[in-house]
Amino acid sequence: MAGKSQTTMTVQKKRKNINNAGYFFVLPFIIVFLIFNVYPVLRTLYLSFMNYKGFGTPNFIGIENYARVFQDKFFWKALWNTIKIWIVNIVVQLGLAFLLTMVFSDMKYKMKGIGVFRALYYLPNLIAATSVAFLFKTLLDWQYGSFNQILMSMGIIEKGAQINWLGDPNLAPIVVALIGGWMWFGNSFIVLMAGVQGINKDYFEAASIDGAGRWKTFAKITVPLLKPILIYVSITSLIGGLQMFDIPYLINGKYAAGNPGGSLQTVVMYLYKYGFAAGTTKQVGYASAIAYSLFFIILVVSLLQFKIANGKEK
Amino acid sequence: MATKIKKGILYLALILLAVACLLPFLLMLINATRSGHDIMTSVTLIPGSSLASNWKTVTGFFNIFKGFGNSLMVAVPATLLTAYFSAMTAYGLAVYKFKGRNVVFAIILVFMMIPAQLGLIGFYDLVSFLKLVNSYIPLIVPAIAAPGTVFFLKQYLESILSPALLEAARMDGASELYIFHKIALPIMSPGIATMSIGAFIANWNSYLTPMIILTKKEKFTLPVLISTLNSSTDIVSNQGAVYLAVAISVIPIIIVFCFCSKYIISSISAGGVKE
Repeated sequence: MAGKSQTTMTVQKKRKNINNAGYFFVLPFIIVFLIFNVYPVLRTLYLSFMNYKGFGTPNFIGIENYARVFQDKFFWKALWNTIKIWIVNIVVQLGLAFLLTMVFSDMKYKMKGIGVFRALYYLPNLIAATSVAFLFKTLLDWQYGSFNQILMSMGIIEKGAQINWLGDPNLAPIVVALIGGWMWFGNSFIVLMAGVQGINKDYFEAASIDGAGRWKTFAKITVPLLKPILIYVSITSLIGGLQMFDIPYLINGKYAAGNPGGSLQTVVMYLYKYGFAAGTTKQVGYASAIAYSLFFIILVVSLLQFKIANGKEK
Repeated sequence: MATKIKKGILYLALILLAVACLLPFLLMLINATRSGHDIMTSVTLIPGSSLASNWKTVTGFFNIFKGFGNSLMVAVPATLLTAYFSAMTAYGLAVYKFKGRNVVFAIILVFMMIPAQLGLIGFYDLVSFLKLVNSYIPLIVPAIAAPGTVFFLKQYLESILSPALLEAARMDGASELYIFHKIALPIMSPGIATMSIGAFIANWNSYLTPMIILTKKEKFTLPVLISTLNSSTDIVSNQGAVYLAVAISVIPIIIVFCFCSKYIISSISAGGVKE
C-alpha cells in the first residue's frame, strides 16, 4: 500500500515538473507581448492624460484631452465619415456574400465551380490597400480615367459631363466604401460558406421535405445557425472598418486633409494628423485621447452588436 | 427547363461578378504598356508599345526592386518568427497545465479584440525611445507575439494531438523541447503553413506601421514606396507609369496566390469557424 502511494506521489511530482515546462514554451511570447503589445497600449493610455508634444516631459492635465475630443467637431465629423463609409461598405460586402452563399448552398441548383469563383472573388483582398488606392485613383480619374471613358464609349455619360468620382464630397465616401466592399466581399463569402458547409445537411433536407421554399430555408435555418459566424464577421469588420486609413488617406492625393471637403477624413487619419504628421507641432497627448475615444466607441458598438444579435433569440 | 434557364442566369451573374473583380487588374496590366497620352484618350484591351518608356519613368523615380528587397527583408523573418513562436506558445498552452495558463489565454483573447491602432502612439514612443526609428527591428521582432495565430494553433493542436503520443515519447526519455520539435511541429505543420501564408500577406501589405517607423527612402518597404507616387509630377502626369508601378507591386502576390489559393482560402475558412 505504502509503496503504491509513494509511486503516485512521484508520478504527481513528475507531472508537476513537466507542467512547469509550459512556462518555458510561453516565455518568449510573453516577453515580446508585454514589450510590444501591452506596454504601448498602456503608454498610450498614460499619454492621453498628458500634455505631450512628442519630446520633453509630459505634463499631467487630467481629462482635458478627452474633454477636447468630446467638443472637437472635426473628430465627430471624422467619426461620422468613418461610420458612413463603413455602413455602405458592410451592406455591399455582406449583401454580396449572403447572395453568393445562398446561390452556392442551394440544394436544387447545385452550382458548380465554387473553387474557381471563390478564388477570383477573393483576389482583390490580397492586394495591398496602397496599390488598390493608386489603381482606383487612376482608373477613376475625373478627366482621363478609364472608368469614365468606358461609360462615355457606352453612351451612358456625355463627353464633358464626366462623373467626378473622387472629387465630389458626397460621392467620394461612397466610392471608397464600394472599393472596400469590392475588396472584402470575397473574404466574407468564404467565411459564411465555411459556416454553411458546417451545418448538418439533414436540416436542409428536412426543410425541403416540409416544403419550405428557398428564402424560408435561408431565413429560418441558414441564418440562425450561422449566427455565431455572423457576429464574428460583423465585429471583425467593425474593428477593421472604424480603423480605415490606407485607401481614404491615399486615394485623393491630399493625404491627411481627407479631401474632397474633408469627406474622406477618417478617425485614424485624424489621429495620424495630430500624432505623427504635424512634425514639431505634434499633439501626441491629444492623439492618444483620440485613439482611446475610438476604442471606447468600438467597444460600445461591438457590445451593442453582440446584444442585438443575441437578443433576437428571446 | 425553367431551372436550367435560371441556372444559366445565375452563372452569368457569377461570371460578371468575377469580371468585376478582375477588370481593374486587367486594365492595369494593359495600361501599364500604353503611353500616358493613349490612356487619356481611349480605353482598349489591346496592349500598347510604351512599356519601355513607362519603365524608364518608374525606375527614374524610385528603385522599386529595392522596395521589393526591403519588403522581403521584413516580411520573411517576421513570418518565420510568427510561425515558430506561435507554434511554441500554442504548444505550451495546449499541453501543459501550469499555473497562470488561463490568465495568459484570457489576455490573448482580449488582445485579439483590441484594435491595432490603439497602441500605435505608445508603440512609436517606445521605438523612438529605443532609438529604433528607421530600423527593421520594430517591424520584425513584435511578430514573435501574434495572439490570433496562437489562438488558432492552440485550437488546432487540441483537436489533433493525442496525449498518449507525448507520454510515449517521454517514456523513451525524450526532452520536452525535443518532443515539441520532433513530434508536435510536424503534426502542426499544415496549420502553421496556413497561418504563415496569411501572416506573410499581412506583413507584405502592411502600410501604416512601416510608414511611421521608416523615414528614409532607401529603407521603404513596397507599400510605403508606392505611396510616394503622389509626390512625383513626372509620374502623376504619365498614368502609364502609375499603372506600371502598381502592377509591379501587385504581380508577386498574384503569383503567390496562383500557387497557394487553396491554403489561403482554407485559412480564412478556419478563421471564421472559431468555436
